[in-house]
Amino acid sequence: MSTPDTHTLEKELLEFLEGRTGTAWDADTDLFDAGGLSSLFAMQVVVHLEKTYAIAVRGADLRLDNFRTVRRMAELVARLQAPAGGQHG
Amino acid sequence: MRLKENPLTTAPYDDSPPRHALTVLGAGVMGVGITVLALGHGLPVHLVDVDRERLDRAADLIDGELRLAELMGALPAGTPLGALETGTSLKAAAGATAVVEAVTENAAIKAAVLSEVSGLVRPGTLLITNTSSIPVDELAGALERPEELVGTHFMNPPYLIGTAEVVRGARTGDHAMAAVAALLTALRRRAVTVRDAPGFVTSRILHPMINDAARVVEEGTATAEDVDALMQGCLGHPTGPLRTADLIGIDNLVDSLTVLHERTGDEGCRPAELLLRLVREGRLGRKSGRGFYDYT
Ligand SMILES: NC(=O)c1ccc[n+]([C@@H]2O[C@H](COP(=O)([O-])OP(=O)(O)OC[C@H]3O[C@@H](n4cnc5c(N)ncnc54)[C@H](O)[C@@H]3O)[C@@H](O)[C@H]2O)c1
Repeated sequence: MSTPDTHTLEKELLEFLEGRTGTAWDADTDLFDAGGLSSLFAMQVVVHLEKTYAIAVRGADLRLDNFRTVRRMAELVARLQAPAGGQHG
Repeated sequence: MRLKENPLTTAPYDDSPPRHALTVLGAGVMGVGITVLALGHGLPVHLVDVDRERLDRAADLIDGELRLAELMGALPAGTPLGALETGTSLKAAAGATAVVEAVTENAAIKAAVLSEVSGLVRPGTLLITNTSSIPVDELAGALERPEELVGTHFMNPPYLIGTAEVVRGARTGDHAMAAVAALLTALRRRAVTVRDAPGFVTSRILHPMINDAARVVEEGTATAEDVDALMQGCLGHPTGPLRTADLIGIDNLVDSLTVLHERTGDEGCRPAELLLRLVREGRLGRKSGRGFYDYT
């Protein structure tokens, strides 16, 4: 069973964010607290993650808390990419 | 609360319509946003536009914006989404409990649409105009029953902004005021009711301010980024006036300023040359991918 490498994911996400916002971020920085990024940008991030990592963010997973930091995004992507049920792992 | 209606006993003009069923006119920025707000609160919506392509695009935009609303925790938990229908005929309004007009900010177009709708709905149906700046009573003159029209100035995006400006025209009736209050409660929006005037409160203050921000950029005093950074960082404006212009749509902003200028004579409302140029170049803001900022 291949677990996606969250460290690589974090690196990719930090590069993506820096490219889009023109600012360097830390994996633990809250991107959306006061003075941070907008809710419309948050939605663009969700769409980017879905396209890039072939995942679908649905139901209870679709909440801002899962996207507040790069670390949490990477955790979410890793979880949604992991094969469900493990039967094929 | 009313029990679910029995379809077998439902006839046109029956006096027990479903609790709320909206017809939204205009599938642009605001028509889409208002539809998302209503669907997310479980209300069925029939969305109408003259432009078939707009309606097709609106269906995708609505899906995306429903997800944004969900992401931001802006929808009531456990409420199934309302059903969406779209079409190009105003006749859908006959089945509505309320009609929300959100077509282009042009008094002649709005009067024509509202007049036609007024002839189609059952008497007593709440008619709402989402105009930014046209006085409600000016539009009420086009209706068969002017007392049915109320102004409700939803802000963009309506599902993320909890307050709506409600405008009572000189001829707006008590029944319509009670109906709009009930609808806004169902949509969990706080209403602040004001008197009728060009631009009411929010557009009268915000739009000339954005116009000035554009003039400052036009005159070379500062870049759009710096104007927004100062208005945000020093004066606590949530997004900055020029990012707000891009969110509103610069064509709509120019239309609203023109309405204000014509009706108040205030030179501060004459649209800045820079805004007019952006519209000529098709740089309408977020909706076209580019305005003061680039969103592509
Ligand atoms: N954009 C905002 O931030 C904002 C905020 C509050 C209020 N408003 C007001 O809401 C209204 C709509 O603004 P918008 O930004 O959505 O404009 P828009 O230009 O994005 O959309 C207007 C839509 O109306 C349609 N339309 C035109 N004539 C029509 C007709 N006869 N029947 C049906 N549809 C018709 C157009 O095809 C278009 O899709 C305007 O009155 C505007 O001033 C806008």
